[in-house]
Amino acid sequence: MDMNRREFLQLLAIASAGGFLLKNGESYAAGGATHLYDLPKFGNVSLLHITDTHAQLNPIFFREPEINLGVGAMSGKPPHLVGNALLKHFGVKPGTAEAYAYSSLNYVEAAQTFGKVGGFAHLATLVKQIRASRPGALLLDGGDTWQGTGQAMWANGQDMIDACLELGVDVMTMHWECTYGAERIKQAEEGALQGKMDVVAQNVKTTDFGDPVFKPYVIKEMNGVLVAIIGQAFPYSTIANPRYFVPEWSYGIQEENLQLVIDEARKKGAQVVVLLSHNGMDVDLKVASRVNGLDAILGGHTHDGIPAPIAVKNSGGTTLVTNAGSNGKFLGVLDFEVKAGKVADFRYKLLPVFSNLLAADKSMSALMQKHRAPYESKLSEKLATTDGLLYRRGNFNGSFDQLILDALMKEKDAPIAFSPGFRWGTSLLPGSAITMEDVLNQTAITYPYTTLTEMSGAQIKTILEDVCDNLFNPDPYYQQGGDMVRVGGLEYTCEPNAKMGGRIQDMRLDGKLLDAGKTYKVAGWAPVSEAARDKGGEPIWDLVARHLRAEKVVKVTTPNVPKLKGVAGNPGMV
Amino acid sequence: MNMETNLERRKALKTGASFGLLAVLGAFGLLKSGAAMAEWNKAAFSSKTMEDALSAMGMSSPEDGAASIQLTVPEIAENGAVVPVTVASTLPNVEQISIFVDKNPNVMAANFVLPAGTEGMVTTRVKMGKTANIVAVVKADGKYYRTAKEVKVTAGGCGG
Repeated sequence: MDMNRREFLQLLAIASAGGFLLKNGESYAAGGATHLYDLPKFGNVSLLHITDTHAQLNPIFFREPEINLGVGAMSGKPPHLVGNALLKHFGVKPGTAEAYAYSSLNYVEAAQTFGKVGGFAHLATLVKQIRASRPGALLLDGGDTWQGTGQAMWANGQDMIDACLELGVDVMTMHWECTYGAERIKQAEEGALQGKMDVVAQNVKTTDFGDPVFKPYVIKEMNGVLVAIIGQAFPYSTIANPRYFVPEWSYGIQEENLQLVIDEARKKGAQVVVLLSHNGMDVDLKVASRVNGLDAILGGHTHDGIPAPIAVKNSGGTTLVTNAGSNGKFLGVLDFEVKAGKVADFRYKLLPVFSNLLAADKSMSALMQKHRAPYESKLSEKLATTDGLLYRRGNFNGSFDQLILDALMKEKDAPIAFSPGFRWGTSLLPGSAITMEDVLNQTAITYPYTTLTEMSGAQIKTILEDVCDNLFNPDPYYQQGGDMVRVGGLEYTCEPNAKMGGRIQDMRLDGKLLDAGKTYKVAGWAPVSEAARDKGGEPIWDLVARHLRAEKVVKVTTPNVPKLKGVAGNPGMV
Repeated sequence: MNMETNLERRKALKTGASFGLLAVLGAFGLLKSGAAMAEWNKAAFSSKTMEDALSAMGMSSPEDGAASIQLTVPEIAENGAVVPVTVASTLPNVEQISIFVDKNPNVMAANFVLPAGTEGMVTTRVKMGKTANIVAVVKADGKYYRTAKEVKVTAGGCGG
């Protein structure tokens, strides 16, 4: 259901008057959503934060996970809360527009009621509105901005660079930007962004002499207060993504160097010091407990839409840790009251961007149209229709990933398929057309090669254990922040709390236990090795598109997920 | 400074992007040629277990060095063939710094003998086949101290 802003406001008025009743009887009392954006001004330093927009310039649907398990000390704590457990923890009223933004509860009905989220034209209106009450506020972008759509991929991220300049982003850091190659990032930094937007990363060094590749931090001024923004790029760009894109750069968490940078910024007079981070929230929480002198970590990467900051104690005081979701759904607003040279108080709000509630900004819309025009016909090709909800996000699998796995197995004639556990990728409501744009929203990467590999049962087990440890290692510094590799054809049991090597159990193909010594054909995509790049392989979107054109109507089935062991009652699942 | 090294490490330095270290040391005359090298501790460098290596080095029960040794390694290796390791110690009179990788076929990776008055800090690269602990043992004032950190070696992919 598409409705305009006036209709949406009417709906909210009705809702707040008496509760909006849906077919299933659930009440969607909109709980003051009309006043959502009237954020009272507070303090004298304001930081606006976007992250992981994944190039989604237009409003989209994005279903939050129904499963995001935490293990070890992270179990049962944000960001590892979903559904009602998350709403309850943060005091969000079920059935409201905000509950729709933060959870997957009654997703289809809620999506039909409250409509699409995000979109840069709507975000631009919101940013302008918030900035009007906070002149001089800084807009920070945590990265994963230039990648995620076919358009951004074909334009080498230029559409997003222009959109961010139009939006008025002051400082950015990065992750997927690196998959356009080192040269492209430096070209943008020294070209279009020069003098307008700072690219910061304290944890990127050259592999030879360890020289910094970017400015580790910048100091900006707001209302006479010096504010240091330190950058933290995704620490594992050379491991989670192909190393060949950035062969001469080295990353890592670089905790010791971070402390040196904080101390230096303080020495230079910064009264507010924040880390603009692409670590992922678990890593940020650990960093906050171990370094001192940070007032806040504005985080991303793990796509956690966390309504309130987590206050973490350390030897220097307290550090606030936030995470601002993904796909343009949210704008984080952090207000500091700085008194006598230090932060005395704060306010934080993670504002959902409801596209129906915010008018589209005219100049941003014009810019978007200009960038889309060359690709419009390619993107809008209708490939098929879906009879059910297509989504990706969740620890183990999503219906859109299942569709990709089914396409891979069929087109490659393989009994088993793997698809990467990316956390970007938008959702489609039942009855929607699936366009080329929708397929690219799940697949647009610069290493899209499909593969067909002969693997022994033992190798399959090793790979699954390896990826599973990247997700469920009890020490967040050893995690990489994606979700579990999606598995087609093969059934298995997963015990997240077990040790590496013991988490993947009872792997079966057609009911029969996998034989460690036997060889199986495994289809996949997004290989990180140079050998796979040189071999080529059909891009995944062409393979999926061919599959969809033949299918015409996609019958959405329950995605293949492992049986879970040892996590009953974990509030990280619905 | 005398520097002993094993073949694994030598190979890693040759094949990796890290030739810089040897070149720099050579340029400043810090590396002495074969004849001047300290006696090669064959037993230690061919040890298959930590216990054997420590005992061959005569450092069987080192004290806990977690507070006095700063061991800087990546949490996850970007390239297992060249994993950067820095060992620094605030202890007075550091005489020797040894580096081990507990899951490598030969666990001892390097041994640095420091002349009196040298700053207790070395940096090098080691090769790792799989996830393992990197162990640093520092000899200072005749006593041994030990600390360790896990470095994960992963197949990669699937992030983000």
